Amino acid sequence: MTNAAALALAPSMAPPEAEPKLKVRDLNFHYDGFHALKNIGMDIPEKQVTAIIGPSGCGKSTLLRIFNRIYAIYPKLKATGSIELDGENILDPRYSLNRLRSKVGMVFQKPVPFPMTIFENVAYGIRHHERLSKAEMEARVEQALRGGALWDEVKDKLKQNALGLSGGQQQRLCIARAIALKPEVLLLDEPTSALDPIATGRIEQLIEELKSQFTIVIVTHNMQQAARVSDRTAFMYLGELVEYDETEKIFTKPGKKQTEDYITGRFG
Amino acid sequence: MDLLYFRRRLTNALALVLSTLATLVGLAFLAWILWETLRQGLAALDLKLFTKITAYGDQGGLANAMVGSLIINFVGIAIATPIGVLAGTWLAEYANRTRLGETIRFLNDILLSAPSIVMGLFVYTIIVLPSTALTHGNTTFSGFAGGVALALIALPVIVRTTDEMLRLVPPTLREAALSLGVPQWKLTSQILLRAARSGIVTGVLLALARISGETAPLLFTAFGNNFMTFNPLDKMSSLPQVIYQYANDPGETMHALAWAGAFVVTLFVLLLSLASRLLFARKVSHD
Repeated sequence: MTNAAALALAPSMAPPEAEPKLKVRDLNFHYDGFHALKNIGMDIPEKQVTAIIGPSGCGKSTLLRIFNRIYAIYPKLKATGSIELDGENILDPRYSLNRLRSKVGMVFQKPVPFPMTIFENVAYGIRHHERLSKAEMEARVEQALRGGALWDEVKDKLKQNALGLSGGQQQRLCIARAIALKPEVLLLDEPTSALDPIATGRIEQLIEELKSQFTIVIVTHNMQQAARVSDRTAFMYLGELVEYDETEKIFTKPGKKQTEDYITGRFG
Repeated sequence: MDLLYFRRRLTNALALVLSTLATLVGLAFLAWILWETLRQGLAALDLKLFTKITAYGDQGGLANAMVGSLIINFVGIAIATPIGVLAGTWLAEYANRTRLGETIRFLNDILLSAPSIVMGLFVYTIIVLPSTALTHGNTTFSGFAGGVALALIALPVIVRTTDEMLRLVPPTLREAALSLGVPQWKLTSQILLRAARSGIVTGVLLALARISGETAPLLFTAFGNNFMTFNPLDKMSSLPQVIYQYANDPGETMHALAWAGAFVVTLFVLLLSLASRLLFARKVSHD
């Protein structure tokens, strides 16, 4: 299918100017006979923040979890269609998971530090992909922790167990751990839903800082958050992509009734 | 309406009284056993218990039985731990929710409740008899065979706890590691086993506590020995077995020795349980 035909299928999708980082076409997802995602097509622009919103069970997390094929660790899940990352289809089984996951990092809803020191948490993933000298590794970990806006708080206790950090710090550690691999895309799956408002503000500020380097896709159930942090917003409902546009447009003059009902709080 | 509330309260009070009574009955017997072991054991406690061997009978001690118990238990745990941890890991990480995994889990539970005398006879058949035939009677019963029998009892306990502790690790930890591109074997060996470590160690300690009181599996394997030996290929004595023998003896002094032995074993098990509790408590406070 050509791009033009795909666009015609999803009329609400305004084409971004530059070549998109991720191109989703005819994406369908099934598990245990349930059709969870239906003909999703969307372009995710490079170095911008794309938010995916929608009520519980609409498939927003499912969609995110396809971008790094993390869903594949569970049996009986099947994705068809294509997702192109820089022109290559990542759903093709020949696309190596190792390569995909070094390019597409992920941060989860609950902070999950590994049961090791703060330093090791960040170094662990790097060590799997690259051979670095001790000095290079230290520089790299510092860079990642600075990127995660955590360095100043932990620089004197890098050898302490990461489980001793607060929830917000743990989540920033997880972000640092993900960006330490220098990915191109960063997937955030409701990254602040387990955090208090102050920690949430800190993470949102961080997202703003990170978008100059990474293409960010964030799933959130918090519409205000989507409005605050994202450039583009996708609204999903019952496994379908209802509307996908500039964030400002979605929240001020949405094109679809369903979108308007959701963002004005009539359901969801 | 009032009648309804009255009936609910009555049922509640009744259930509370009955369950409290049941707990008290259970605890009373435990306290009785501990008290009696403590009283009779402490009375018979003596330095020669630790210095003299059973060959002297009522003039002797239990030194060879204690050494034997330590060696046999060590052999048992040394065999059961690596196999048990690996099997439990396989069940939780590679065969979870598969038919084969469920079947093996079920079989492991059966092994968990298998009569211990059967384990003894099994090891008698697969180790004691062949080694007798192969060495022309030089090596027959042995501490090693006893250790194998105890390993078979400890094994399902360790498999079970490893499996359960690994399955308690939140799935998001797996996803987080896999999303860094880390392969399954690294995830399992470097992250999951580390996260479940204190739970698994607790399981091993509990298995050790369990086997250190076993008598039946040792009768046909370690056999017993009135002299001190450190050679696991020799017939070997053990505390539970000596307690069993001495308790059947008509002599009062022998009974006292048996009580002292029971006291030592109980103390050992108690300390192991405490250690495992402490380990686990530390893990929980970490989470």
